[in-house]
Amino acid sequence: MNPLLADYLPILIFLGIAVGVAAAAILASLILARQKPDSEKLSAYECGFEAFSDTRGRFDVRFYLVAILFIIFDLEVAFLFPWAISLGTIGMLGFWSMVAFLGILTIGFVYEWKKGALEWE
Amino acid sequence: MVDFWASYAWPTAKIVLYIIAIVVPLLLAIAYLTYAERKVIAAMQMRKGPNVVGPFGLLQPIADGLKLLLKETIIPAGANRVVFVLAPMITFILALVAWAVIPFGPGVVLADINVGILYLFAISSLGVYGIIMAGWASNSRYAFLGALRSAAQMVSYEVSIGFVIITVLLCVGSLNLSDIVLAQQNIWFAIPLLPMFVVFFISGLAETNRAPFDLPEAEAELVSGYNVEYSSMAFALFFLGEYANMILMSAMTSILFLGGWLPPVDVAPLNWIPGPVWFALKIAACLFVFLWVRATFPRYRYDQLMRLGWKVFLPLSLAWVIITAGVLVAMDWLPDTIAG
Repeated sequence: MNPLLADYLPILIFLGIAVGVAAAAILASLILARQKPDSEKLSAYECGFEAFSDTRGRFDVRFYLVAILFIIFDLEVAFLFPWAISLGTIGMLGFWSMVAFLGILTIGFVYEWKKGALEWE
Repeated sequence: MVDFWASYAWPTAKIVLYIIAIVVPLLLAIAYLTYAERKVIAAMQMRKGPNVVGPFGLLQPIADGLKLLLKETIIPAGANRVVFVLAPMITFILALVAWAVIPFGPGVVLADINVGILYLFAISSLGVYGIIMAGWASNSRYAFLGALRSAAQMVSYEVSIGFVIITVLLCVGSLNLSDIVLAQQNIWFAIPLLPMFVVFFISGLAETNRAPFDLPEAEAELVSGYNVEYSSMAFALFFLGEYANMILMSAMTSILFLGGWLPPVDVAPLNWIPGPVWFALKIAACLFVFLWVRATFPRYRYDQLMRLGWKVFLPLSLAWVIITAGVLVAMDWLPDTIAG
């Protein structure tokens, strides 16, 4: 068997088994338990009231900001992975290149901080 | 025909057996983690905890599981039915699949892939999908708010977890989890990288939505957040996934900082104990701290939580990456990297 396949095949089989276990659990409950829905039971929970308005409305823009910040920093982490394990072979040039890259990102981070993008009053 | 058996069917059957040998103890561990949680917190609050079902209440988790199994599965009228059912399944599947690469002892690992830590990082990042899907599909105010909070919190702390993993990788020079453990034969990384160990553990609490960062389920205001509309096995899958993630986070802490399956000191009586036992002991110790923290600390406010993640942990871990790299380069302590 191809060595790469041999390494990753167990993960694929594991995924299959996990899907099977999850689906079996839900199906078993659907079969075993008595299903007796009514309109009160199926309405969305809102502390005993009828829902005041639709849920899919507006929400705070700061969640969106957090998502953007996350993408920037997570990409940065993704760039750091190969750098971290090859630091021994890329020498001083490799080290200082990454320091410069992180420096630029830090400037951006300081800017966000000063602009108040990280505030949740 | 003989060739087919020898080269495909038998290896596959062996893999399936290994997987069962991981999944069954894991599910039992989850069940008894819920029991341990109730007992430990009860003891800390001078109560008795579950003590009716079976001796010392030991059958309580089984009874809970059966009871959930026999409850009605409610899918709210306004929900997206497919996404609603998929969400808990995804949470549970991801929590299980991550265990494929965890080394339990020297050579005792299902898939010894050379990018193990990257795989774990990726799988734990995907966990946010289950929650966001649950919040969206439920079409309920509380579920939606809980999911938004939870997603923002998880991605915020994931960034610092990423940087902490980088500092460890700098000291190891490999992405393979067994190599990470073996690099700690002389000293556990918890000692030279102590601040990162603390940051990682606290971020782990936030990543798994545990107290004191359990705002997504803040029962007093959000009536349990993203899973408010779930019942029966769908709820149980969320619950199992959450606890499996706690155990996974403890396993990651042990592998990255506490020497995985290695004994504390490599001397006679200690290294007679097999590796998987040490690994299990370390996981149990981390889990105990998880429970202890829950019994001790009050819940954070959301602004405090975001401040801690973005304004304390992120700069601290970023600085520590540079400091670690700088020290390793200056002292010429860099590990021999994999050639080719």
